[in-house]
Amino acid sequence: MKRPHRSTNFRIILRSLFAGLMLSLFSSISAQEPVRIAFIDPLSGTFASIGTSGLKQLQYAADELFNSKGGILGGRMIEIVPLDNKQSPTDTQIQFRRAVSEGLRIIFQGNSSAVANTLNSTISRHNRRNPGQEILQINYSAVDPILTNEQCSFWHFRFDAHAVMKLNVLTDYIAMNPEIKKIYIIGQDYSFGQVVSDTSIELLRGKRPDIEIVGNEFHPIGQVKDFTPYVTKIVSSDADAVITGNFGADMVSLARSIIDSGLDIPIYTFYAAYDGITATLGADGVDKIYLVHNDAGNPLPSEERLAYTRNFKRLNPNNDMTQFRITNALQMLVQAMEASQSTDPYDIALALEDMRFTNMSGEELWMRGGDHQIIQPLHISVHTDQNIVVDADNSGFGLYRDFSVPGEETVVDHSCRMRRPRR
Amino acid sequence: MGRFAAWVGYLIVLLGLPQLFDSVLAITILNQMAIAIVFALSYNMLLGQGGMLSFGHAVYFGLGGFMAVHALIMIEFETVYFSITLIPLVGGLIGLMAAIFIGSFSTHKAGTVFAMISLGIGELVAASSLIFVSFFGGEAGVSADRTFGPPFFGIEFFQDVEIYYLSAGWVFVSTVFMYLFTQTPAGRMANAVRDNPERAEFIGYSARRVRFISFCTSGFFAGVAGGLFALNYEFITEENLNAVTSGRVLLMAYIGGLGYFIGPIIGAVLLTLMNSLLSNYTELWMLYLGIMFVLTVLFLPRGFAGFIMMHQTAWLRGKLSSLIRPYLITGIPAIMFSGSILAAIEMLHHNGEPFGFLFLTLDSGSMLHWLGLTTVGAASYFACRRSIGQLKAAWEEANRVGDATEGGPG
Amino acid sequence: MLEVFVFSTLNGLVTGLLLFMLASGLTLIFSMMGVLNFAHASFYMLGAYFAYSISLKLGFWAGLLLAPLLVGTFGALVERYALRRVHAHGHVAELVFTFGLAFLIEEAVQFFWGADTKNYQSPDLLDFPLFTLFGQEFSAYRGFMITISVGIFLALYYVLTRSRIGIIIQAAITHPHTVANLGHNVPLIFMAVFGVGTALAGVAGVIAGPVLTTFPGMAVVLGSIVFVIVVIGGLGSLGGAFVASLMIGLLQSYAIASNLGMPDLLNLLGLEFSRDHPLNDLWTLTLPQIAPVLPFLLLVLVLIFRPTGLAGKREE
Repeated sequence: MKRPHRSTNFRIILRSLFAGLMLSLFSSISAQEPVRIAFIDPLSGTFASIGTSGLKQLQYAADELFNSKGGILGGRMIEIVPLDNKQSPTDTQIQFRRAVSEGLRIIFQGNSSAVANTLNSTISRHNRRNPGQEILQINYSAVDPILTNEQCSFWHFRFDAHAVMKLNVLTDYIAMNPEIKKIYIIGQDYSFGQVVSDTSIELLRGKRPDIEIVGNEFHPIGQVKDFTPYVTKIVSSDADAVITGNFGADMVSLARSIIDSGLDIPIYTFYAAYDGITATLGADGVDKIYLVHNDAGNPLPSEERLAYTRNFKRLNPNNDMTQFRITNALQMLVQAMEASQSTDPYDIALALEDMRFTNMSGEELWMRGGDHQIIQPLHISVHTDQNIVVDADNSGFGLYRDFSVPGEETVVDHSCRMRRPRR
Repeated sequence: MGRFAAWVGYLIVLLGLPQLFDSVLAITILNQMAIAIVFALSYNMLLGQGGMLSFGHAVYFGLGGFMAVHALIMIEFETVYFSITLIPLVGGLIGLMAAIFIGSFSTHKAGTVFAMISLGIGELVAASSLIFVSFFGGEAGVSADRTFGPPFFGIEFFQDVEIYYLSAGWVFVSTVFMYLFTQTPAGRMANAVRDNPERAEFIGYSARRVRFISFCTSGFFAGVAGGLFALNYEFITEENLNAVTSGRVLLMAYIGGLGYFIGPIIGAVLLTLMNSLLSNYTELWMLYLGIMFVLTVLFLPRGFAGFIMMHQTAWLRGKLSSLIRPYLITGIPAIMFSGSILAAIEMLHHNGEPFGFLFLTLDSGSMLHWLGLTTVGAASYFACRRSIGQLKAAWEEANRVGDATEGGPG
Repeated sequence: MLEVFVFSTLNGLVTGLLLFMLASGLTLIFSMMGVLNFAHASFYMLGAYFAYSISLKLGFWAGLLLAPLLVGTFGALVERYALRRVHAHGHVAELVFTFGLAFLIEEAVQFFWGADTKNYQSPDLLDFPLFTLFGQEFSAYRGFMITISVGIFLALYYVLTRSRIGIIIQAAITHPHTVANLGHNVPLIFMAVFGVGTALAGVAGVIAGPVLTTFPGMAVVLGSIVFVIVVIGGLGSLGGAFVASLMIGLLQSYAIASNLGMPDLLNLLGLEFSRDHPLNDLWTLTLPQIAPVLPFLLLVLVLIFRPTGLAGKREE
């Protein structure tokens, strides 16, 4: 009974049909079709809470920023169509075909780089085989660098800084701390974990050659029940800090084990907040857990942003605005549609390339045309209960911004050789 | 003659379905069903016919699929060059090889020991697939493109519907061969060894040998299913090898009915539909799947096929029509009762927010709705209980020669 | 080096004893009924969740007392109304039923409590370091876990071998009809044993929940390992289960702690392979990488060479 609510297909369709009906009755123009956007992410199963949270944020962005203000492209409402992929690449394929079947041409997806990769190849194949019926992929969270390097595609746009960019900022932050001399890296044994490891080592060697990497550990994802043995190694290695890309249950367990063992060293992470993690860490994690992310923690950078977040919280008391980049993505997408006066993926893609946008936090975003990677300010925040205006998990604890880097300084070269469609 | 007609009917249905359901989504689901049918049938060779409960059957499916995807990549880069219509065969051969290797040490005993070994092997292979990244591609898996092979009578397999017809062909051929296996001495002995291994040994058959043969054949067809998967989705990942996939095929075979050849086909179709369609209407589809599975094990131990076959005596005696009215009298309240339970579960889940349930809109905040639901539920429950008596009487009447005898496996 | 060894041993002990708490219940149920309860780890999960909910209102200790009772009652009901029905259809049906039950319980937990990780905290009373060795603390809570596990083993051993009810249970394992003829209510005994077995799993859940995190996947993570232990230890042998639990717990702990791997072996043999070698993944394999799957490797080996397990009495 504590699961968050979720609108079903029927309700969304009913609502938008109703809206459409009203519009057509009261406007002198003929009935407007909604602009339909698919959202493919896990809505059931183990990762359901993250996917459902993302869906709510997308739905909220669409309603609050556009639908309640008369819609887009001359009065068309945005309709979000949720498709549950259960975090499985196979089910993603099925949901993709369902999207094609229903004429949806824009797909939002973010959870799991494996799924994003699958979707990317599937969409490229589909678009190649069906010219004129292309599909656009809006990747709001999958940070595997290859999606904007070796596997880059004209039809894929990424709205979060990828792992290397984030590590660049993180290592800068670590380098600024002269007390850190020994670092232990631990991560999940798969492509993202390996990228975190390899890149951290390489960047730190360049910025602080005096820092010694005293451990480089990989563990299988989701299999480790108790991290105490790993913590023993961390302790005996005499490390001053830990870097990890872990997420979900692995992140909670690791952080808990480190804290429980009495080890008082900073833990630098990507994903150690929200979705129950902040609540579990609570007082024990204060001033120990750091995150690199694209969304400013407290204090929120503008009144407009604060009001936006507060309103979301009012409507969804059990959720947090954990992925503001979804809002960024939707806003830029709509701007592209308005600029090109079209909902065709090809036109939208051309308009999105090299687009500059200032979001409601006052941040300057740039969608780099060469690889379709967003360039945005990045921040390092710390888990704390001091000066928290917007908390996480209704726990009183939250993220406080400690260090920020403007977009231009996060730029990393790409190796994308994009094949552009012939039109 | 009846049997032959059934096979022809099967072929016609397989080939005709895309004509009826031709949307992109429908073709996807039909493709899924094709793969599931072959997979579930191969599993039934182990469990239903051989009595060997395996928790790691996805290994052969997955390994076959991975090799098939690599074969597609090799075709694309012209390391080898053959028609992709043969890809399921590649999958099957790898499945066979894996089964020969693993079967060599795991088929000595049946029962719990066999089940445990299969569990261990399953976990080992799934874990290795994440470690050996060069073959298995890590958690993103391996992907390929099926359109680079030589055209097959002019078809280049760009469209999913073309792949469906290819799959349907393979499904038909596989079903025929798996059925024929049950009619061979090896297949018959598998049943014997399942029921009484000691006796089988007394008449001179090595129980172990028989199990091994079943195991290998089953592995072959699982690999064929893996190859079909590779052709259809053009990619494969670790999740197609793991315990969840193994569990899923167990569910399919069991719900469909283990003791009947057609059982897994029913189970595969049913579960594919639930998996792809039900999930779009409710978040709780997995809960319902779990409930359905447990209820099936408790009350329908012979599965849906068993349930259908229970009526064989009545049908042969021409008394089937006498059961229709009793079924309706008990069945309709039963359906309403189930419906009210489902509605209650959904109401609890949607906690204060109105949602659509079938053709109604329900709201768990509304006392009226709860009242209505309880009334309908209670009424239908009592109606059901009251009418069970007349159903039992009608049943006994229709089966008066004694208990319904089910057809044997096959 | 010494500190790593000491702490690894301690960690292995904690894990091993926790696994034993689960394995003991499973062994008991198997000895009694010949059923390998696939859903055993699900009862463990229920124990953790019940205790979590109880602890929110009444504190950890109330949870420790009440949650196992709830789980045991639920287990007894499952035996009485469901398992008994399925028993008539044979061992395969029983295994499949418990498999379905595990699936159902996982979904039900997500339905009632949600799919996110629960903040189940260990009690403040035990929130201090028992001792500090080589700069790492060993928390009192873990000491508590060890105490409870050992206490349960001793209690079980005593009850089964010295008390009257234990003798009856042991007799009912091998000669149920004789025991029934002597006037004992064998079905009731079965139900009670199943209830106690699942209650033991529940206790494990209550205790492990704060340490191993309480989330819907917790049964899956532990479930297969428990089977491995029971099978390796010998189906039906409590002593075997104890030895196997400790062995697996320590083995995993040592495997993770060491940094040994294929590179060391290759060095020893004087071989070296380039990074582009097709089997590179194999040559760079380390023991910590494969630590979680070592139990399964052991399982397969034991089953091949000694199918009755280390101390097996009853074969399926």
